[in-house]
Amino acid sequence: MNYTVFFRRIRESRLFWVLTAWAVILGFNALFIPEFFRINIQDGHLYGNLIDVLNNGAPLMLVALGMTLVIATGGVDLSVGAVMAISAAMGAVLINPAPGDKLVSNEILTRNATNTPLAIIVLATLAAGTLCGLWNGLLVSRAKIQPLVATLILMVAGRGIAQLITNGQIITIYYTPYFWFGNGYILGLPVSIYIVTAVAIIAWVGVRKTPIGLFIEAVGINPKATYYSGISAKNVQLLAYTFSGFCSALAGLILSSYVHSADGNNNGLNYELDAILAVVMGGTMLSGGRFSLLASVLGAMVIWTFTLSMYTLGVPANALLAGRAVLVLLVILLYSDRRLVKRRSVRADTQPKSAVITPDENRDLPRP
Amino acid sequence: MTQRLKLSVMRHGPLLTTITIFLMAYIIGAQLYPAMQRPQAFFNLFINNGFLLIIGIGMTFVILTGGIDLSVGGVLALTTAASAALLKIGFSAAFVIPLMLVMGTAIGLGLGSIIHFFKVQPFIVTLMGLFFARGLAYIISLTSVTITDPFYKYLALTPIYMPFFEKAYIYIPTLVGPLLLLVAIYLAYFTRFGRIMYALGNNEQSAGLMGFPVGRTKIMVYGFNGFCSALAGIVFSISLLAGYGQFATGVELDVIAAVVMGGTLLTGGVGSVIGTLFGILIEGTIISILQYNGTLSSWWTRICVGALTLIFIGIQSGFARRKKEL
Repeated sequence: MNYTVFFRRIRESRLFWVLTAWAVILGFNALFIPEFFRINIQDGHLYGNLIDVLNNGAPLMLVALGMTLVIATGGVDLSVGAVMAISAAMGAVLINPAPGDKLVSNEILTRNATNTPLAIIVLATLAAGTLCGLWNGLLVSRAKIQPLVATLILMVAGRGIAQLITNGQIITIYYTPYFWFGNGYILGLPVSIYIVTAVAIIAWVGVRKTPIGLFIEAVGINPKATYYSGISAKNVQLLAYTFSGFCSALAGLILSSYVHSADGNNNGLNYELDAILAVVMGGTMLSGGRFSLLASVLGAMVIWTFTLSMYTLGVPANALLAGRAVLVLLVILLYSDRRLVKRRSVRADTQPKSAVITPDENRDLPRP
Repeated sequence: MTQRLKLSVMRHGPLLTTITIFLMAYIIGAQLYPAMQRPQAFFNLFINNGFLLIIGIGMTFVILTGGIDLSVGGVLALTTAASAALLKIGFSAAFVIPLMLVMGTAIGLGLGSIIHFFKVQPFIVTLMGLFFARGLAYIISLTSVTITDPFYKYLALTPIYMPFFEKAYIYIPTLVGPLLLLVAIYLAYFTRFGRIMYALGNNEQSAGLMGFPVGRTKIMVYGFNGFCSALAGIVFSISLLAGYGQFATGVELDVIAAVVMGGTLLTGGVGSVIGTLFGILIEGTIISILQYNGTLSSWWTRICVGALTLIFIGIQSGFARRKKEL
């Protein structure tokens, strides 16, 4: 009896499936591409595929953090990729030491100099993304537009805005201090990892040590009931979307710093899809409700482990799309199956396990 | 009498707004750029946006049932890439075109089945479909493949001169969209299938309780959309005489925007394919105005489409609120 309870607790833990998926991929790598696990030390920095997973995956982890909260409120944020492009464009334009009215020569463009102090650049990029998030939040919470559509608008227009900012050009960045965010190292580990950890800890403290996390779950499960119990569902939604915008802006900053350029069309391409995948893998239901920040970060890590393993095997990046699609399909089927399992166990239970968050039966009802 | 008039304005309000905005946009464009006054400029809207119209019809049906299909661009690209590759190997067009249509329908039916049987939200399943189809297209070929098939070339390069208009012409594939529109109007308003579709979008539960075949209709609607996407892919590959996995990126958003502009509610149950036609014409007009202007850059199209979508959603919710008050 105790064993069954133990195994059920493991199986129903939100980290179980994502860790299993990771273990399967790592196991595959151990068998077929053992060099995947090699880590070298050069100039006091750690190098290797596993470090790359963390460094390349950092933007996705950040986006997934924001997306988790949005999805937990029962919405979705499709604009993350476009917001990343906007923040990257913002950074690149502020750095570029050639303002529009001056004669631009190649020598000016490729100089290791900046137009604006680095601190202001960082603040401006973050502010741009946060404003985008705020805009989404206002559309969803105040104008009552469906999240899918509200963020779709910024997803279409956002890439246009990013191109408008950079005047349609792909701006290459030559200002070296800016590269620190994507390529720098602290104590042998990439800077981006520290940024992700910091944001994750702040978010975790914010949602788990204050009632905000509970509010978010409540809004995701039943917005009407939440409203009647005196919680401002509007402001909770607004907060989630703004946080998602902030995370995307930070991700855009790291990404543009990593690739040394800002391209309105390609920065953060398909990130919305990967972020949703990461969140879903982390066990947060798309219909809202319970969520786990750690599981989403792990989900992002699984995606990048998978991607880099495929690169190591020599699968072309574009063809990988189909592989990822199959991965999504598997995850969807796993979870829909798991949902059935859970329903049955809920009915069998005589006592509810938790008084606060009951497994929501409301899920299949049409949204208001 | 006034009450009835009011109700009918409320009912057709979004559609009338769309038509008015299209006419206004076109007249303003024609005033600014006299080249747009030629009839050919109007027919160019159909020539350039034919594939959008075809996808838009399928998408309208899906949105009417309360779902959404983000896979259309992927299926379109896959169709172009696969048909180009097959034609290159030496298969005849008479074999390739039906095969592509069957493939598109099969993908749509598959996605619809997953949505229905596993009760997963449509947008995540079709997002996967988008990834999957584009990935397959890249596996077929990482670069653009040109089509040299004589039948495709004949279709692409034979103009049909319009009656009553001097020197105005369209191409054969341009006719596909309007013909499909007629079929869609028949399906939506004169068949059981169409009525069940509307019922499903209004309230799936009551539709099921009334004994309508909810699951079958839903899957069929996604299948129809897959068929439309493949058909659009064929039209697209004929007009460009090439196949490539990167064709039509972001087309799903343009199509959804056009459907919304056409007065179809994204919650399902309300809307018409005729509105979608005008939604697409509005988008086409904006693009042509930007092209005739020449100094405005291409990204303004995206910003305009985004802004217009927002405005139309505002208009829709305004009408919905007024309707409730009546």
